[in-house]
Amino acid sequence: MNRDWDVLTPILLDSVRETLSIVSITVAVGGVLGLVLGVLLYATRKGNLLHNAVVFTVLNVAVNVVRPIPFIIFITAVGPLTLAVVGTTIGNEAVIFAMSIMATFVTARIVEQNLVATDPGVIEAARAMGASRLRILVTVLIPEALAPLVLGYTFLLIGIVDMSALAGYVGGGGLGNFAIVYGYQRFNWEVTLVTVLVIIALVQLAQLLGNWLARKALHR
Amino acid sequence: MAPLISFDNATKVFGTGERAVRAVDQVTLDIETGEIFGVIGYSGAGKSTLVRLVNALGESELRKLRGDIGMIFQQFNLMSARTVAGNVAFPLKVAGWSRQRRAERVAELLDYVGIADKARSYPGQLSGGQKQRVGIARALATSPSILLADEATSALDPDTTQDVLALLRRVNRDLGVTVVVITHEMDVIRSIAHRVAVMEAGRVVEHGPVYDVFAAPRERATHRFVASTLRDRPTPETLERLRHRHPGRMITVGIREGGGSGTDVTAALRAHAVDGTIVYGGISEIDERPFGSLTLELAGTDAAIDELIAQLRRTTDVDDLGTAAVPA
Repeated sequence: MNRDWDVLTPILLDSVRETLSIVSITVAVGGVLGLVLGVLLYATRKGNLLHNAVVFTVLNVAVNVVRPIPFIIFITAVGPLTLAVVGTTIGNEAVIFAMSIMATFVTARIVEQNLVATDPGVIEAARAMGASRLRILVTVLIPEALAPLVLGYTFLLIGIVDMSALAGYVGGGGLGNFAIVYGYQRFNWEVTLVTVLVIIALVQLAQLLGNWLARKALHR
Repeated sequence: MAPLISFDNATKVFGTGERAVRAVDQVTLDIETGEIFGVIGYSGAGKSTLVRLVNALGESELRKLRGDIGMIFQQFNLMSARTVAGNVAFPLKVAGWSRQRRAERVAELLDYVGIADKARSYPGQLSGGQKQRVGIARALATSPSILLADEATSALDPDTTQDVLALLRRVNRDLGVTVVVITHEMDVIRSIAHRVAVMEAGRVVEHGPVYDVFAAPRERATHRFVASTLRDRPTPETLERLRHRHPGRMITVGIREGGGSGTDVTAALRAHAVDGTIVYGGISEIDERPFGSLTLELAGTDAAIDELIAQLRRTTDVDDLGTAAVPA
């Protein structure tokens, strides 16, 4: 076993690095696009700042259609789009593309749900002070909901780590691929266990960081 | 002088068809420059909707004559993610003030409302009274000519309420800001308003100087607000009980300025050689002027009592309650 780890450790570290890069790019792209989409979803809802039934319905249906598709099916379903945009349907870049789309829709819903809880009185006060709708969305609404948003994004991050494990199926790398190729396929349960522990450690770190940031954002 | 805010037959309807609600119903009202105007009503009376017409937070059917508007709220509506200074600076930012001028103005405002030491605190770290002071500083930031206070003290305890009302009075007197106070609390109107409008079911049922409206209430809603601060008139149950001990003729006399004071009543009793025993009542002040009523059991000849009542009625209202044997 020890002999194995001499070879496996560098590969494991590479996999960690790969997972981190897949996850961070996805969080960056999906997080930003999802924030825009989520704010729009919230703001176009009836009675809100940008109340617009058509935009709301289109966004709402889109989110509801995309979100429940199991990710392993989604990767292959968006294949043609991935091919058109990325140029290939295999490898990390193709996986990141598919993950970013899914992450955008998941984030949109998380963002919307956290914004709904914002105190409408604060929005009314900002309106009374003559602030524009866009200013209110960007400088009042999002800061007011920051703490729950941070927790929402932490939840998202962990979901994306989960998604990234499937990269191996379409020729991508990362910890999921490592566990399958060196653990599952070689009947090496120890490798699988170590991978699981590494993932748990990463997720714990992310959650601790998220909780800490959310507490900072609360100002109590 | 032309009024600062003028409602001319203002109506606001929510919903359509059978489910339509006339939240504000044909309100005609003038609010003058420099006064503290109170709007009192129970929840659902339409008072909040009425002032939101002023601020065009709903669409507006009114004519806003001049000046801009600041607003404070029952729940303060401060931004929890910004410091006290950040909250007060927000309207200045919206108005495009430079950072330097913002900082100066914020310091000046926080000093004026008495929370300069809390500039860097967050709203979550403040008491209710302090939060409302921040709300007032924020509302005054751009030096508005009108301040709308929507149930601004309803979430505060009585002591803090008095502090905040004193601050509003100061804002009115020192800065000349016209204050419109919406409330369901009679004590708020009593302590700061100059004039008042009583609202019920979307309509203004009575309005005028606070003393006139509450010393001689005409409408049922107004009576109820007076009763909420002063339980001066016996209820039918109380009257029944009183009659056991006081079987003679009883009257309730309105006590008010201008011929209806306690002294006037005593003098009238003496002039007509009628004895009066006070059996119930209450007198309080609005604007340092007395209002309330006394219920008396009278002893004297019927003719003398009738003359007494006729005389009192020339200056105040008198309820002839009759005797236990022959109730009026």
